[in-house]
Amino acid sequence: MTVTAAFFYLFATITVASGFMVIASRNPVQSVLFLILAFVNAAGLFLMMGAEFLAMILVIVYVGAVAVLFLFVVMMLDVDFAELRQGFLQYLPVGGLIGIVFLLELVLVIGAYVVDPGLVRTPSVPIPAPDVMTNTEALGQVLYTRYFYFFQAAGLILLVAMIGAIVLTLRERVGVRRQDITKQNARTQETAVEVRKVPFRQGI
Amino acid sequence: MVIGLGHYLTVAAVLFTLGVFGIFINRKNVIVILMSIELILLAVNINMVAFSTHMNDIVGQVFALLILTVAAAEAAIGLAILVVFFRNRGSIAVEDVNMMRG
Repeated sequence: MTVTAAFFYLFATITVASGFMVIASRNPVQSVLFLILAFVNAAGLFLMMGAEFLAMILVIVYVGAVAVLFLFVVMMLDVDFAELRQGFLQYLPVGGLIGIVFLLELVLVIGAYVVDPGLVRTPSVPIPAPDVMTNTEALGQVLYTRYFYFFQAAGLILLVAMIGAIVLTLRERVGVRRQDITKQNARTQETAVEVRKVPFRQGI
Repeated sequence: MVIGLGHYLTVAAVLFTLGVFGIFINRKNVIVILMSIELILLAVNINMVAFSTHMNDIVGQVFALLILTVAAAEAAIGLAILVVFFRNRGSIAVEDVNMMRG
């Protein structure tokens, strides 16, 4: 039990600390790297809760795709980040006040909540025991049957996001030579080769 | 010492607050704002999974998966808009974003 608690506090501390460094770091590249650290430790928390599939998906999707996308954009855009941090101290009091009030409210809610005893505690789809079925299999058996439309909707969201991102960032540059195969095939000897009679010692 | 629902909810609450706080103090830097939104969605996901295991109901994890999808899509679209905006203006300062104002 103590080992569990120790691991929980390890993961939780690193997650919160790196989450703080994400917003407080001076360099956006460091922010992205701290975001990756936060995601990996949150995946550890997921593992401790017994959601193994989501933990692995978190590592693959967030660290492998989203964070790398952020890293690409941060490094690709030539932005003067020192200038962007100008209002940092200006917004600190208001932001800090709102943050502290918000955290206090959340802590009060978490400290005082009770589950309604009259609540029906029969889960709609109970989690099977780990020795009966793995988390991935259990999730798949629900996702592909009961929540099939949700699954399709998620796929549709990803498709729309992919098409949207491509449409937004695609640009036709002028002055770029591209291969046009029909134009190449349409060339004949007459249009491609010109035979000229060159006068002696004059050139063309 | 038993690690229960309240522990995970506290971590999620702190992470959520950090995300909101990050949006406020990095008013000019859109990239950090997008990262703060990712932190907020991560906190929501931790809540979802914590309640899912606490209530012994796997549906919460299905919805956490859906939130993960939406978060990835949102990051992709947001960064694409950011790249287009940078191409047009040569800067990503959010204060300059008033092109759509009528």
